Amino acid sequence: MGDIAIRARHVSKIFGQSRVLDDVEFELRRGEVLCLAGENGCGKSTLIKIINGVYTPEAGVEFSFGDETLSAISPIEARSRGIHVIWQDLALFPHLTVAENIVFDDYVAKPWRPISSKEALTQSLEIIQQFGLDLDPMARVEDLSIAHRQLVAICRVLRAGASIIFMDEPTASLTYKEVQTLLGITRSLAAKGISIVLVSHRLVEVLEVCQRVTVLRNGKLVGTYPTEGMTQARLSTLMTGLELEFTPRAETHKGAPVLELKNLSREGEFENISFTLHRGEILGLTGLLGAGRTEIAHTIFGMTQPTSGQLLKEGQPLTLRSNRDAVRHRIAYLSEDRLNLGLVQNQSINMNTAVTVLPKLEKPRFFLSPQRIKALTAHWIEQLKTKVSDAELAVSSLSGGNQQRIALAKWLATEPEVLILDCPTIGVDVGAKAGIFDIIRNLADQGMAIILISDEAGEIWMNADRALVLREGRIYSEVTPAETTEEALEAIINA
Amino acid sequence: MHKRLLNRRIGTEGTLLGILMLLYVVLALATDSFLTLQNLFDLLNNQSVNIIFAVGLVVVLIAGGIDISFAVAASVVQYVVLTLLMNYLGGGSWLLGILLSMLVGMLLGLFNALLIHRFRIVSIIVTIGTFNLFFGLLMYFTSGVSIYDIPDWLYYSVPLLDLPAERGSATLYLPAAVMVVMVILTWFILARTGFGRAIYGFGSSPESARRSGVSAWKIYAFAYGWLGLCAGVAGLMQAHIVQEVVPNALIGQELPILAAVVLGGATLGGGRGSVLGAVLGVLLLAVVQNGLNLLGVTPYAFRMIVGLIILIAITTSNLGNLLPRTSKARNV
Repeated sequence: MGDIAIRARHVSKIFGQSRVLDDVEFELRRGEVLCLAGENGCGKSTLIKIINGVYTPEAGVEFSFGDETLSAISPIEARSRGIHVIWQDLALFPHLTVAENIVFDDYVAKPWRPISSKEALTQSLEIIQQFGLDLDPMARVEDLSIAHRQLVAICRVLRAGASIIFMDEPTASLTYKEVQTLLGITRSLAAKGISIVLVSHRLVEVLEVCQRVTVLRNGKLVGTYPTEGMTQARLSTLMTGLELEFTPRAETHKGAPVLELKNLSREGEFENISFTLHRGEILGLTGLLGAGRTEIAHTIFGMTQPTSGQLLKEGQPLTLRSNRDAVRHRIAYLSEDRLNLGLVQNQSINMNTAVTVLPKLEKPRFFLSPQRIKALTAHWIEQLKTKVSDAELAVSSLSGGNQQRIALAKWLATEPEVLILDCPTIGVDVGAKAGIFDIIRNLADQGMAIILISDEAGEIWMNADRALVLREGRIYSEVTPAETTEEALEAIINA
Repeated sequence: MHKRLLNRRIGTEGTLLGILMLLYVVLALATDSFLTLQNLFDLLNNQSVNIIFAVGLVVVLIAGGIDISFAVAASVVQYVVLTLLMNYLGGGSWLLGILLSMLVGMLLGLFNALLIHRFRIVSIIVTIGTFNLFFGLLMYFTSGVSIYDIPDWLYYSVPLLDLPAERGSATLYLPAAVMVVMVILTWFILARTGFGRAIYGFGSSPESARRSGVSAWKIYAFAYGWLGLCAGVAGLMQAHIVQEVVPNALIGQELPILAAVVLGGATLGGGRGSVLGAVLGVLLLAVVQNGLNLLGVTPYAFRMIVGLIILIAITTSNLGNLLPRTSKARNV
């Protein structure tokens, strides 16, 4: 492989009392796709911000660019050396056109130069065509899919002369096909001599597209490894330092049927969905993004009404006018969007846990009892082994894994018989994921009927008794994980 | 998707223009006095003050803020400038009057910007505060007394264009010309400079703009300062038209002008809106009022009709959001 694009040695960073990065070495070659892996809080973002010039590292650091060596790097220096970061939120302007977004840096650099919209158009087209991308420069960014917005962000840094691009979780909200397109583009950029660092939690993709992977754990460098011959299991072990077991749920635990779907359809979303959910069962619902997983969950939870078909609970037909009806029938749904829908981020942990069962916490009537709220929260914090220093703090102060436990607690407080979990491990560390699944398995062992929605084949394979694979709103295949391999399930999902 | 595409092609401005032309045809057929040069010129003369306010306000809305203090700020400018001119500067002239009005208006706007930027207070709260502060100070220091003694240059109207018309002649006055200048200047800044596009960017996503190196203070200072400047000019024009300065002459104008600008496509979320839209919004409401007058409808019905127009406009432009979520997502 080619020469060094950037090498940073002895990178350390201390925030207050804690050493966020400890003598880390980072090396990126020209025209390489490298993966930066590690759990939340391992120091990935800090390292990127140091290389990008945003943070000043502790003394003793050495940055070398081929023959030149620097002991410090400023944001301007970083820019002039073509170092750019595309953060997960992309930092685009939704109301402006694609062209305007691509040339936006010119607007900032020369604010009073008269401009024309045609100029922005030709300049952005130049970049779009040079890299052979599929983008309409006249479209407004707000009308684009996330995948296309990503291309806009890429064009923007390319126009600014990027030669080293850090991409923070670029595949997080893309469909399988979009991910493949994006990874294809990163490869072709690399072929043009641009170095790319992918920060991703989807281990499969990482292994597929990257040549090497640099793993950080607790602020220390674990090592940099070639991806050839690397397995997902080994990579998670490197990231967490734990040997996680990768086995499907041992035996089937079916009890009496609880929920039955008979040819349930909702126009434009899903068609002819039939299955029976039993007590103590974990039913996996998987498929690519847009296959109708979440839509089915919304209908079972009463948030949307089916256009035809029937929903039965314990043999009785069920008509749900709203999700309040569903909660009354002891159905609970954990949203995939924990940040915006699952929790009220700036409210306390206590209030977030209590919100689903407020009437039960009144004493005297019409007056919420702070003691009852605290008792409820304390109970669930203990049950779910949540790490909370003070339940009066905003829920946003917790880590992803602990937030998810509170989101789960809020629904468990309603004592559901049917629990729908929509991608319960989004934004949760590899290590914390195992903890969440322990909870889910325990709940099922106690007789709760669980629908587990996930697009990660591994999660479904390890936890579900039965998996329904959806495609374009229909059930495409039913799989029993214990009788197949993770790879086979993955292949069915992506077929 | 078709609706969205259609909206994009024609845009809010095109729709407004269409409705405006339709109204013109209807009113021209329904009344015999509507489609006259006089009526058109009167419309421009009468609406120049509102349009100057509106093009200032649209900048603030595009930047993602709101200001309800600009109308009383204009009253403050009238008092401060006329007091200075009459008592210290020997009456002054048009040039001095306009420059002084711009300066005082801009300072009042910058005061808003400073509070918003420095203390991170939401713009509506800040300007509710300054709205009361400005008006309170004005009433306190003037005891509500009007100024009738204004300089000659401001007293006599300045006809710029005089065309023969059916009944006598139709005349376009200075305020209309000043309005045109303010409209073109604001349009140029917003549409034809990088800074203008950065204002749109900031309104669209302040965090993205900040990370691209846009200075939030510069955006706030320009947006509120420019609105203040426009308000100063508008205030001077209003005093010129009515030939006196009354402390509560402009209070209450802020909401109708805000309504007109929102009708013109600006949103309270920022990133959207245009000078043309703001101008058309003001003109549309004015033509509706004008038409209702000519049709003999009671003026008391006007506010109600304006309210309905705004609600209908906002509802129809958001119809797309009422479609089921997923089918929309698939279509886009």
